[in-house]
Amino acid sequence: MTTVSASPTVHEVVPSAIIRLLKLLPWLLVAALPLALPGYEPLATQVFVMILFALSLDLLVGYAGIVTLGHAGLFGMGGYTAGIFSVHGITDPIATAVCAMILAAVTGLMFGAAMLRTKGLTLLMLTMASAFLLYEIANKATGLTGGEDGLQGVSFTPVLGLFAFDFRGKTAFFYSLAALFIVFIFVRALINSPFGWSLRGIRENDARMVAIGCPIMQRRIIVYVISSALAGLAGALQAQSTQFVALYSLSFELSGNILIMLILGGSGRLYGAFIGVPAFMFAQDLLAKQDPANWYLGQGIILIALVMLAPGGILGIAERVIDVIKRRRVRNGHRDS
Amino acid sequence: MDTATLETRGLNCSFGSNRVITDVDFTLRPGERRALIGPNGGGKTTFVNLLTGRLRPSSGNIMLNGEDVTELGEARRIRLGIGRTFQITSLFPKMTVRENVFLAVAECEGIAGKLLRSVSSHRQQFERVDELVHRVGLSDVAGVPAQLLPYGRQRLLEIAVALALRPKILLLDEPAAGIPTAESHVILDIIATLPKEIAVLLIDHDMDLVFRFAQQISVLVQGSILVEGAPKDIAADPRVREVYLGDSKHGRPAAA
Repeated sequence: MTTVSASPTVHEVVPSAIIRLLKLLPWLLVAALPLALPGYEPLATQVFVMILFALSLDLLVGYAGIVTLGHAGLFGMGGYTAGIFSVHGITDPIATAVCAMILAAVTGLMFGAAMLRTKGLTLLMLTMASAFLLYEIANKATGLTGGEDGLQGVSFTPVLGLFAFDFRGKTAFFYSLAALFIVFIFVRALINSPFGWSLRGIRENDARMVAIGCPIMQRRIIVYVISSALAGLAGALQAQSTQFVALYSLSFELSGNILIMLILGGSGRLYGAFIGVPAFMFAQDLLAKQDPANWYLGQGIILIALVMLAPGGILGIAERVIDVIKRRRVRNGHRDS
Repeated sequence: MDTATLETRGLNCSFGSNRVITDVDFTLRPGERRALIGPNGGGKTTFVNLLTGRLRPSSGNIMLNGEDVTELGEARRIRLGIGRTFQITSLFPKMTVRENVFLAVAECEGIAGKLLRSVSSHRQQFERVDELVHRVGLSDVAGVPAQLLPYGRQRLLEIAVALALRPKILLLDEPAAGIPTAESHVILDIIATLPKEIAVLLIDHDMDLVFRFAQQISVLVQGSILVEGAPKDIAADPRVREVYLGDSKHGRPAAA
């Protein structure tokens, strides 16, 4: 993003500017979606929120190598924070979203400091337990959360005082798309920073990271807190766009689903969340139409096939295909010369 | 402060009832070129792990410049200047040669915690990375993932990663293991480029390498230092010949 070189030649500038524009193109296309497909805004908003949530999970699973089955705990924390604030009269969407991020981050810090001393299966179990804990608290504290009925009466004032949340969900659409874009830029910067590289190092060989003087516990906690804040933001966006907070937002089911979505797209690849979430939602919709009673079966089969045949997810398959094409080209190139 | 003296006093380490290191008093002074030899299972790697803090001693102390570091963890000691390589190659397999070295440079220079500035804007650090990669002769494979390198070149990368930490004391645990004997001199060439005040402790089975490298040799047998001295004294010492050199097929070139 920053070019420091003294005086870049025209040759260098033009392509990079074009590439930058090309990279913006998908975002612009998506932003134009309400024109092409009016009526799909609420569904698209759902997809954006889940992509943001999956992106926060990718920081942990794909980059830091922290596999969690309790990420919904932080999503729900953000959702309930925004929801409860709104019910009690604090209804500015951005302010409540920030509060949701802070509370989720604090929750992440508390759990993370305790859990991240462990690794592997133990850690997996602890992440699950942490989310169950939050779920049960929300389930029992009916006065605050509405319990099983969910939190009703959630509403927010217009975004920036200008754009009211409308029926059709247009405001929610652009609001969550903007949030997703900002988070994407942030996450992309993070994984390309020295910190992001050190996370990859920890994932690849944590013992060696210690032996180059890296305080790995500290790094893992920092990324856990960042990821928690982003998950909390996703939860808040969900609450704001649907004007409702359900217990599902803290559930094990959601924790599992978001992990499946990420793995389906391909973890540790930044764009995995963007591929996996729509693919999962599309498959879910399709399977539910085929057999509303037993669609979990189809989901299970897809998951098994994925793990056995394509551990890198959809992007992993794409990478392999590109790899094969490249190798063929190299071979042909050798033959030609 | 660019130099450091590493010292152990009455160091013991046992696993259950098995005493691996027994009452070792050992001093490594700035600028020393010391080798640690001894039969397999003699406790050499355990000793290195105690020095770097990977293992905790059962009793005894480890001093760095006269300060007790026994209670400090591995990462802290590394930051104080104790660098090491591993007997069994330990790298970041999917990351490239440059990325491997960058991780160490970034930790050493305290930029590894930076969250948002892109790595590519850290030009100074990358200059050091390239210099280190060049020094160990890996420039031609700088962009290749570590796991795709032949084992011998992985060993050289291991050394580059250790050097990236600007150690004051460098512990080389069998750096030449896996490198063809004819090429093991590369290791010595790299050590020769180090600043003179760095203390180097070399552990190896290649007696040819050890005797060319060391000014002083310590012999570790069954967890205790049997004898310390100049290479020619060690080669002539009957006890050493009996327990180690005499039994080893590597013994002949050393004695010659």
